[in-house]
Amino acid sequence: MNNPSETQEKALTSRFGMWLFLFTEMLLFGGLFVVYSVYRFRNAQAFHLAADELSVFIGTVNTIILLISSSTIAMSITAIRLKNKKLALLLLFTTILLGLAFLVNKYFEWGDHIREHIYPGSAILALRGQGDVLFYGLYFFMTGLHALHIIIGLAFIAIITGLIIRDKINPGSYVLLENSGLYWHLVDLIWIFLFPLFYLIT
Amino acid sequence: MNVHEGIEEPSYLEHKGKHRGIFSWIFSTDHKRIGLLYLFSILSFFSIAAIIGLLMKLELIAPGKTIINAQTYNAFFTLHGIVMIFAVVIPGLPAVFGNFFLPIMIGARDVAFPKLNLLSWYLYVTGVTLVVISQFAGDGPPDTGWTFYAPYSFRTAGNMLPAVFGAFVLGFSSILTGLNFLVTIHRLRAPGMTWLKMPLFPWTLYATGWVQLLATPIIGITLLMIAAERLLHIGFFDPTLGGDPLLYQHLFWTYSHPAVYIMILPAMGAISEIISTHSHKGIFGYRFMVASAIAIAFVGYFVWGHHMFTSGMSGTALYAFSLLTFLVAIPSAIKVFNWISTMHKGSIDLQTPFFWAAAFIFVFMVGGFSGLILGSLAANVHLHNTHFVLAHFHFIVFGGTGFAFFGALHYWFPKITGKMFDTRWANVGLVLFFTGFITLYGPMFYLGVKGMPRRYYDYDEIFHAGNIVSTLGALVLISGALIIIINLFNSLKTGSKAPSNPWGGKTLEWTIPSPPPAENFIETPVISKGPYDYR
Repeated sequence: MNNPSETQEKALTSRFGMWLFLFTEMLLFGGLFVVYSVYRFRNAQAFHLAADELSVFIGTVNTIILLISSSTIAMSITAIRLKNKKLALLLLFTTILLGLAFLVNKYFEWGDHIREHIYPGSAILALRGQGDVLFYGLYFFMTGLHALHIIIGLAFIAIITGLIIRDKINPGSYVLLENSGLYWHLVDLIWIFLFPLFYLIT
Repeated sequence: MNVHEGIEEPSYLEHKGKHRGIFSWIFSTDHKRIGLLYLFSILSFFSIAAIIGLLMKLELIAPGKTIINAQTYNAFFTLHGIVMIFAVVIPGLPAVFGNFFLPIMIGARDVAFPKLNLLSWYLYVTGVTLVVISQFAGDGPPDTGWTFYAPYSFRTAGNMLPAVFGAFVLGFSSILTGLNFLVTIHRLRAPGMTWLKMPLFPWTLYATGWVQLLATPIIGITLLMIAAERLLHIGFFDPTLGGDPLLYQHLFWTYSHPAVYIMILPAMGAISEIISTHSHKGIFGYRFMVASAIAIAFVGYFVWGHHMFTSGMSGTALYAFSLLTFLVAIPSAIKVFNWISTMHKGSIDLQTPFFWAAAFIFVFMVGGFSGLILGSLAANVHLHNTHFVLAHFHFIVFGGTGFAFFGALHYWFPKITGKMFDTRWANVGLVLFFTGFITLYGPMFYLGVKGMPRRYYDYDEIFHAGNIVSTLGALVLISGALIIIINLFNSLKTGSKAPSNPWGGKTLEWTIPSPPPAENFIETPVISKGPYDYR
């Protein structure tokens, strides 16, 4: 790892692997998008009405939160490259806080639905018809899987932050930070699709 | 061209790492040791699933209940399918021989991510463990068949969740192996090894890697949906909740048809190596072999509908899927043509691996042609869900991948272990195996055409004769397999020492000692010639 060109080669290999992993992740969600489109096509009316009930406000706030967090992690990569460890750490802490804020919003949003007895398997939801059951089933499953990715992403970023504090990640070798950044951007990107599909198309 | 002549380097088997005893294996990140971990796990699971297969054949020796009842039979074909497909055939060639030989054949010291490689094996073991747990815990073993078709898969009392999660974890393991190989091939080829100087086995692993990476997540998410359906009552595929069971079939086969190419592509690669080496002649139409591997991987994505011809699809969809199914046969036929042409005017050395390759070509062609019959719409309506389908895919999956696996095992045995195997017993085993195979699956074509359905423990008296022949074949096949495996284990002790290049091969693995040193190459090889340079 002393040889700088060897480190660079390894970084390239590692980044390439990460990109391939992102392809896999995209197809994982891709399967769900297929299911969503089929059922949206078949239950256009019900999906339309159900989507109207979601809070566009919380959705928009969460979108803004994720977009900002994506830019803070991107900036932290530049900061570490410019050897500004303090700034990099500050930006990463911001990213983590924003990610947590997203989850807190999600918690209140889901909590509202569940208080209104809208959750998969609920008898009251079943009374509203199959379109609504499918819409909310997909809603909980897809945003839930996305939230799981947020949690995994946050765990990665927390580990990376620890490594930066101990100088294991430094201006000479920061591919792990880059990879978590890539992962975080993917999580962000998926939300960019989920947001209009569930909140905006009404 | 043995560059290491005279240099004594401890082999990977003797190499002293950080750990001792069993830990030097299960904590090893050496791609060769991981390959052997897979080899032993896969052989064990293969034996278990094969015994279950034999029990099913014994049940079918006579109409009515013979040794097991209907529910046990359902559980048996489910377990046989899950273990054979997800834990034996899919990882078979890539995880064992791919792990062991991919880095060596492209002149690398290891795969790109050795730790991830070990993690894949752990995931693999975890996945199989979950499947095993599903057999004993809960309300009885799963009985849906390996396809987990909705809506039965969330209605049955059987213990589905561990089986479904097991398959999910196995899929994840397969994705990581594919990812690792793709990065390895892109980044770690030896200096001078351009894409078109790469041997065909790595090439097929490359095509396979993309299929693993891009198709497996679809079944991952589909299995998660089945789990969510059972746990949370989300109505993805439940018609009473508005879901569509047919959509499940589409998603399932979107992965599971490409999965057939995950199974067969590396098999084709290994067969290409064996035929070229034993004919002492470069592979005929190397570029066509590369192109057809890529073409099979690509077209293979668009044929899944042929599993659903009778499930209810539009006429247009039926025609399109049927046409695409015929198209995917073309690159496979190119490969068969090129194998035969490679032998033509070659100097053929009649060794055991070559016999396996020849047997492979025969059974693969029978399997392929019967596939064309199933791909034609009218015939499919008659043959769907009969023993004909069973015969077809056992000819491809067991005949194709299984024969290639045993062929590759004999071909690379001297390199892996440093010992030669006993040729006479190996050939006896092969003859029994081949005879048993044809006797076991051949009659199923006939039974299928006559209308015997699959997945029933009972049948009408008119199918009796064919089933007796088939069960006898199963016994012969198992005895052949036993001889093969016992012979290989015996040869570990009694075999003579293997030279570095016993068959006269030209690819890189034959330039290093048998067994290979821990670091594979003392000096990184520099490639200037094509992979099969016999001139």
